Amino acid sequence: MIQNTLEVKNLNRSFGAIKAVSDISFSVGEGEIVGLLGPNGAGKTTTINMILGVLTSDSGSVEVAGYNNKTHRSLAAGKMNFAAVYAHIPGNLTVKQSLNVFGRLYEVKELKNKIKTTLKEFDLEKFANSRIGWLSSGEQTRVNLAKAMINSPRLILLDEPTASLDPSVAGLIRERIRDYAKFNNASVLWTSHNMHEVEGVCDRVLFLSKGKIILEGNPKTLPQEYDKKNLEELFISIAREPLTLGFE
Amino acid sequence: MSLARIYAIFLRQIYLFSHNWTRLFSIFAWIFVDVILWAFITKYLNTVSSGSLDFISIFVGAIIMWNLFVRFQQGMIMPLLEDVWTSNFLNYFGSPLMISEYAVGLMSVSFVTSVVGFSLMVVIAGLVISYNIFMLGIGLAVFLLVLFIFGLAVGLFACGVILRFGPSAEWIAWPIPAILSPLVGVFYPISVLPHAVQAISRILPPTYVFEGMRQVLATGTLSLSNLGWGLGLGFVYMIVAFSFFTYIYRLVLRNGLISRFSAEATEF
Repeated sequence: MIQNTLEVKNLNRSFGAIKAVSDISFSVGEGEIVGLLGPNGAGKTTTINMILGVLTSDSGSVEVAGYNNKTHRSLAAGKMNFAAVYAHIPGNLTVKQSLNVFGRLYEVKELKNKIKTTLKEFDLEKFANSRIGWLSSGEQTRVNLAKAMINSPRLILLDEPTASLDPSVAGLIRERIRDYAKFNNASVLWTSHNMHEVEGVCDRVLFLSKGKIILEGNPKTLPQEYDKKNLEELFISIAREPLTLGFE
Repeated sequence: MSLARIYAIFLRQIYLFSHNWTRLFSIFAWIFVDVILWAFITKYLNTVSSGSLDFISIFVGAIIMWNLFVRFQQGMIMPLLEDVWTSNFLNYFGSPLMISEYAVGLMSVSFVTSVVGFSLMVVIAGLVISYNIFMLGIGLAVFLLVLFIFGLAVGLFACGVILRFGPSAEWIAWPIPAILSPLVGVFYPISVLPHAVQAISRILPPTYVFEGMRQVLATGTLSLSNLGWGLGLGFVYMIVAFSFFTYIYRLVLRNGLISRFSAEATEF
């Protein structure tokens, strides 16, 4: 039986009069990669921040590996990790030092070995003693992902992890994340504006518009269901003319 | 509370110190200048005075202890600002790190850097004017403890202000010791202050340290009730500062400032 690693129930969040997230519920099962899609300002990052516990919800609940992230925040946070295009690892530490600090924050057992294997896995061995600020954006993204895997999380939150990467590096990163999910039975919640990437990686997608989930399904079959050529065309239709597709 | 996570906060600062020698100036520069300056001023005053007062004992001891208090306070702010400058809050507070662990981590950094600074001041004062702060006897340990507790409390309060109002609020945090120094009688007995100001002085723990220090030098005795007041008030300030810091943490989680820290939103 497939267990859900992430359970989001009736989550709400407003900023003043603006309803950023409106009563959304969804789950991510073990080994499943779910794409959280939507136009800018749809509420994707707000949702991720609430799951991560760095933003309090107005109401609703988030459970990670069975731990409620309000009542057992530290335990829930220990079961997940994240990488986001806007969350940089401090540039004034070396790659190895950074993994050492974050490994301790996540109380990783046998940290020395874990750092060694993580450096190898992300092809960062030659940068182990380089300060992160000196690395290229592609290398820094790999460091972010290495940090996101340091605690072997059961849930990884990825907010546009491949933004600003060249297609070759982005492809390698996608492959690594897919392999990680597959071989560790880990769950991934992935936001991206690259629909080709989403089609290739995600088992399921959730379309978010104005803080609401308006569509959910298999990224490979959804476009046909709505008479669209591909996911990108469906995305554009939902973003520009949700009413024509029957969404409010 | 996890010791591993507290150590992680501490370790990051050690890495930063080991990377860049200019950071050492934050520990050594001001105290070095201050102690040297006051050592020579008091040496000169001793030569021109009638000899009824030993300026070195009165002022150099005071300046060492006051600088130690400032170091305790700034030792809390600096590691927090390192996280501000590198936009590290999201990484930290998205991890299992609890706010109490972060606070204790900052305190451990402050403790170690302050002890290093204190040792340097003691050595300089000993070398330049043969001043020995340990002549204050057993009372010195209690004086240092009061300054430690209050310094951390003020530092934690300042950290809360920065966490709430953003990077620019460091300009509220830095001058706090300068604002406190005339009130706590670092260089003079508080009896010389206006009565209304004396009332403020009496609710500030360092007042009991500096009054106590002068009492030891003048009479050789130590008022235990004064020390008790200093310690008691210090603990009260620590509880209040910790409550304030955790309240601010909950507030910034509520209004989303942790993830939008650079916005410096003041309107919530």
